[in-house]
Amino acid sequence: MSRRPQARPLRLAAFWSLSAALAKGFFRDRMSVFFAIVFPLMFLVLFGGILDFGSSQLHVVRVGEVPMVEQLAAPARQSFDEAVDLTTSTDRDEALAEVRRGDADAMIEMRGDTLVVHYSEADQVKSAVTRGTLQAFVDAANVAASGQPPAYSMRTERVEDESLEAIQFVTPGLLGWAVAMSAAFGAASTLQGWRVSKLLRRLRLSPASTAQIVSARIVVTIAIALVQMAIFLGLGMAAFGLQLTGAWWMGIPLLVAGTLAFMSIGLLAGALARTTEGAVNLANFIVLPMAFLSGSFFSLEGAPRWLQVVSQLMPLRHLNDAMSNVMVRGMGPASTTGAFAILLGFALVLGALAVRLFRWDSA
Amino acid sequence: MTEAIEARGLRKTYGDLVAVDDLSFTVHEGEFFGILGPNGAGKTTTLEMVEGLRKPDGGEVRLLGETPWPRNASLLPRIGVQLQATSFFERLTAREQIRTFAALYAVPAARADSWLERVGLADKAGTRCEDLSGGQQQRLAIASALVHDPEVVFLDEPTAALDPQARRNLWELLSSLNDSGRTVVLTTHYLDEAEALCDRVAIVDHGRLLQLDSPENLVRGLDAGVRIHVAPEALDLDRARALRGAGEVVDEGTSLMIQTRQPGEVLAALAELDALEGLRVKGATLEDVFLTLTGREYRA
Repeated sequence: MSRRPQARPLRLAAFWSLSAALAKGFFRDRMSVFFAIVFPLMFLVLFGGILDFGSSQLHVVRVGEVPMVEQLAAPARQSFDEAVDLTTSTDRDEALAEVRRGDADAMIEMRGDTLVVHYSEADQVKSAVTRGTLQAFVDAANVAASGQPPAYSMRTERVEDESLEAIQFVTPGLLGWAVAMSAAFGAASTLQGWRVSKLLRRLRLSPASTAQIVSARIVVTIAIALVQMAIFLGLGMAAFGLQLTGAWWMGIPLLVAGTLAFMSIGLLAGALARTTEGAVNLANFIVLPMAFLSGSFFSLEGAPRWLQVVSQLMPLRHLNDAMSNVMVRGMGPASTTGAFAILLGFALVLGALAVRLFRWDSA
Repeated sequence: MTEAIEARGLRKTYGDLVAVDDLSFTVHEGEFFGILGPNGAGKTTTLEMVEGLRKPDGGEVRLLGETPWPRNASLLPRIGVQLQATSFFERLTAREQIRTFAALYAVPAARADSWLERVGLADKAGTRCEDLSGGQQQRLAIASALVHDPEVVFLDEPTAALDPQARRNLWELLSSLNDSGRTVVLTTHYLDEAEALCDRVAIVDHGRLLQLDSPENLVRGLDAGVRIHVAPEALDLDRARALRGAGEVVDEGTSLMIQTRQPGEVLAALAELDALEGLRVKGATLEDVFLTLTGREYRA
């Protein structure tokens, strides 16, 4: 038999072809796609859309100068901005038309010292709120103009997270949960599924190295995580008014580190379980409670002390906090250092444990 | 010339169970070699030790002159393996499947596609492997094992779980695999399959090698003679026993069986008596070899 020269197989070709096989396998599996993308998005719609705490703001159009607003003292001005979404228009007729159509709650203009409020009686509750709110600010301005300190004051506090609108709060947490699910399940089901089908042994008898196989799985899982991120942020911004802050892009490397940490959970589950279903169930058993304890679904700020401590042990908690900090709370990249250390350390320890427990076949 | 495979004194135990017990054999280059035995005889374990998937507890293996265990990266491109289960990537089409395997060996996609054609799956190239029939999956698995044109190919029970028709169809493909001088090692629990395909057959049972030779020699060595069957009405037992050249005669109910080493004489005598009704003549098969070797019926 003529022996052809044994060219060293191109490392990259094998790596890319394994990656392509894994990616196709994932995107063609409706269940995987549903649980990785559609299912978490349903929660985003639920929390971000239906429970939208932020939509009680009044939409008011200002025509011409309204010095009363500019002259409000700083604290009053802040609460005015919280209560009123003020836009400026030069077209008085168009602004009135907006109010008639219900696109705006009121149009305001100054006539001498009088604030004239044009509103629609179509929605009586809204019109009452509009009039009441604006009256309150006129009263405040009058008090301020008198030069006397007000005799009484009032402060209001919302019971929801003080600093964030609903969508701002839920997006990073739900994204973290979605990525944790798909990374852990992907790693667990690949490892266990390939072992059961003996594909793992078949690959072991090919020149592909373990490093190529593992890195292909990691790269595909990270790619899936970034697709999840793009869809989450895209939908959040387009449909629910999500506003990203300065260093939001730090969410990308954070998500990569998180993917590694959650893959290590999946690998461990895959190494421990004997069947594919067992591996996926074990991953689920770990990821779902972790998501609750990490504040993916609701804030844990009011939770008892012991729960807070347990929460701090969860890698997802640190990913969620770090992503919130940079993506919606306006913190800088430096705020993520601790989260990186915890996520990568977690991945390293559990990954090493999974390697120790690893078996090529299920026999 | 280096032998394709040299196994000496192979031994593997799982707890108390001795799966393979002091097994020695040699496979020549270009040979179609069969390992035949009932389920649980230790065929797969033997194969796994030769391939380098398992470490033998005792003995030694040389595969193409090299040691397969621990994982020998320089050996891997030279061997092709089809494992018992059809091990595929989930949800890929036949073409994507074989191209993925090809890429692991740096084989261009066009060569992979030509293998699909060779195993008769060209029109199924766009079908996902889950939707292929059992026979088609086996063809794809065999093509995937051969895509890098290995010198030695291992086929572990490639026709198990196929219906008889699909099994026969696959034989044609299998028998062509060593045309180009490739060495083929096949395990099977089908006697007819070993007889039809293999140059030499190792018969194993309980992890031990019972006999190793070509199927013809195995049968000839049995010296079992020929069995001639006629209808029971054709002649009675005593006249049958009195026939020239007749050995043992047994009334099997539906037919009368006459064992003989001189079939010519017996047939001539039967013709004289005009007792050829329901005539069937059967030579010995590997089944008889197995029966003689183990003293029990062959059960796959």
